[in-house]
Amino acid sequence: MSTSAILTMVLTQVFVTGVTGYFFYKVLKSPNKEEE
Amino acid sequence: MSNEKQSWGTRIGLILAMAGNAVGLGNFLRFPVQAVNNGGGTFIIPYLVCFFLMGIPLLWIEWSTGRFGGRNGNHCTPFILDNMGKKRLWKYIGVFGIFTNIAVAAYYTYIESWTLSYVLHSLKQSFSGLNQFEVANLFGSYVDLNTSTLGIPFEPLLMYIFCLAINVYILSKGLEGGVEKVAKIGMPLLIAFGIFLAVRGMTLGTQGAPAGCQDCDAFLGLDFLWKPDFSNLWDAKVWLAAAGQIFFTLSVGMGTIHCYAAYVKPKQDVALNAMAAGWMNGFVEIVLGASIVIPIAVGYLGLDWVKENASFSMAFQTMPYLFGKWGAALATASGFMWFGLLFFAGITSSLAMGTPWMGFMQDEFGYSIKKSAITFGIVTLIMGLPTVLFFKEGVFDQYDYWAGTVVLVVFALAESILFGWIFGIDKGWDEINAGADITLPKIYKPILKYITPTMLLIIFVGSLVLPQNNDWEKAFKEEWVFDESNSIIGQITNSDIKHNRDWFSTTYEAPIGGIVTQVIPGEEGILPVILIGESPKGPLISLDQLKTIETKKQVELHNVEDIIEVKPGQVIEAGFPIASGWHLNPIFYRGFARFMLLALFGYLSYLVHLAHKKRKLSL
Repeated sequence: MSTSAILTMVLTQVFVTGVTGYFFYKVLKSPNKEEE
Repeated sequence: MSNEKQSWGTRIGLILAMAGNAVGLGNFLRFPVQAVNNGGGTFIIPYLVCFFLMGIPLLWIEWSTGRFGGRNGNHCTPFILDNMGKKRLWKYIGVFGIFTNIAVAAYYTYIESWTLSYVLHSLKQSFSGLNQFEVANLFGSYVDLNTSTLGIPFEPLLMYIFCLAINVYILSKGLEGGVEKVAKIGMPLLIAFGIFLAVRGMTLGTQGAPAGCQDCDAFLGLDFLWKPDFSNLWDAKVWLAAAGQIFFTLSVGMGTIHCYAAYVKPKQDVALNAMAAGWMNGFVEIVLGASIVIPIAVGYLGLDWVKENASFSMAFQTMPYLFGKWGAALATASGFMWFGLLFFAGITSSLAMGTPWMGFMQDEFGYSIKKSAITFGIVTLIMGLPTVLFFKEGVFDQYDYWAGTVVLVVFALAESILFGWIFGIDKGWDEINAGADITLPKIYKPILKYITPTMLLIIFVGSLVLPQNNDWEKAFKEEWVFDESNSIIGQITNSDIKHNRDWFSTTYEAPIGGIVTQVIPGEEGILPVILIGESPKGPLISLDQLKTIETKKQVELHNVEDIIEVKPGQVIEAGFPIASGWHLNPIFYRGFARFMLLALFGYLSYLVHLAHKKRKLSL
C-alpha cells in the first residue's frame, strides 16, 4: 500500500470511529429527561 | 385512536433501532463500489462534505419533525406534515412517507430472504467444491421459481413469505417488545460479524493469491480504495455520487425516521440522538464496509477483475466462492457471518419500514398493534409478489428505481422546503434545540434553510437530465445526451428500449443487428433461442464459418410455439422481425410495475382522505 493510501485510510477511520465513540459517550453520560 | 400507547423503552434502544434503520446492504456493497468508481480515497472528501451539509441537516429535520408530530398525536408523515404546513397539499405529499416504506419493503424483504437462504446454504456447505461460475450460477437458479437449491418447492416465493412473516411477527410485538429488542440483539451482532470479516480483509494480503496472479493482493485492493486521486475532486460526477451515497445510506427521505422519532418522549433530546445514530451508520460504512468486499475480492481475483466486476451482486455471486478458499470450517463460519450480517442489516431496515403504516392505522383507524402489523404484511405481500414472480422481467428494478430512488429525493426536497421556509427556520431551529444534549453550531441554521434544499434540488435535476455515461464535462461542453437507462426522462419515455415497444405483439423484433449464427426451435420445456453474432465483412459465409463467429446476443423467445422467421447465415438489422407468435414484451412488466406503484399511492391517498374526513367529523 502506498503511504498516501495508508494515511487516508487510517486518518478517516480513526476520525469516524472517534466521532462515533464521542457521541455515544455523550449519550451515555446525558441524563434521560423523562426520568429526571 | 388506538388505546395501545407505544414508546421506546431505552435511549440506547432507540439509537440502535435508528442506526439499524440506516445500516443496510448498501453500507457493505454500495459504498465501496461507489468509492472505487469515484476517485478512491478522494471520494471520502465529497462524502464527508455532503454528510455535513446534507446528511446531518436532514437527520435533524426528520428527527425533530417526527418528535413534533408525536407530541401532537401523529406518528406518520401525512398528518405530521399537515400539522406543519397547514395546507391540504402537505398531507398528500406526506403520503410518500408511507408509500415509499411499503414499496421498498416489498422488494427489500426479497433481498432479505436471499440472505437468509444463503445463511442456510453456508451452514449446509452448498458452496463447497463449486468453482466461481457455479457459485455465481447458483444465484440465478435460486431466483428461478422452477428450480430449488434447498429442496424447498417454490423456494424464492416461500422464503420471501417466510421472511415477511418474521417481520410481521416482530412488528406485532410492538416497538419496545419487538423492534427495539431485535435492534439490541441484531446491531451488536452485525458489528461483531463485521469486525471479524474486516480484520480478515485487512490482514489477508497475498495469502490467497493463486499461482500466476500478479495483482491478487488484498493490500492492492485497499490501496485502490483509499489512494487519493485529487484530479477527480472537481468532477461533478464524483460529487453527485457522494451526495447520492449519503442520501441513501442514511435512509432519509423515506418517512421512517419521522415515524421512529414520533415515539420519542416530548422532552427527550433529538439532536444528539440523531448524531449518534448517523455516525454509527458512518462507522459501519466507512470502517467496516470498506474493509470487507473489495480487499477480499482483490486478494483472490485480482485488481483488474474487481475493477471490471465491482457491483452489488458480488455479495451473493462472489463472496461465497472466496470464503470457500479458507477451508471448510472457516468458510462455513464466514459465510454464516457475512450473510447473517446482511440479514441483520436488512431486517432492522425492513422493520423500520413497517412502522409508518402501523402508526397511521393505529392513529387514524384505531387498529391494534397486531392488526396493523398483519395488514402491513398483506399490503406488502400484494406489492411484493410481482417482484418475486417477475424478478427477471425487471419489476424489482422498477420498484427500486422509482420508490427506492426517485421518490426519496422528491420527498426530502419537499420536507426540507417545508421545514426551512413554510414551518419557518426559526421555529424549526427551536424544535431541533428543544431538550438538546449538545449545542448545535449556529452555522447550521443557514445551511438548513439554503444549502440543504439547494443540494437536494441539484441531485433531483441531475437525476432528471443525467447525461450519458455520467459524463457531465462532455454534456456541458459538447452535446447533452440523456442517459437512456438511468435518467428520469429516459426512464419515463422508456427510451432505452428500442424495439418490441408494444406491450403485446405478434412478431418479435431483433434487439440488435448482425448475422444469425444458430436457431434452436422450441420443444416441450425448452424455449426457442436465436443466436446473433457480428456480421462478417465478406459477402458470403459457410455454415462451418458461422460456428466460429462469437455470439453477440442470445435471444430467448418467450413461447415454445414461437415460429422462428430467420435462418442461420441471414444478415439482419435491429428491429427485423425474427419470430412470430403471441408475445408479452418486457416493456409490459415495466408498465405493470409502475401501475402497481401508482395504485399503491392512490390507495394510500384515499386512506389519508378518509382519515381527514374522520378527523373533521370528530371535531
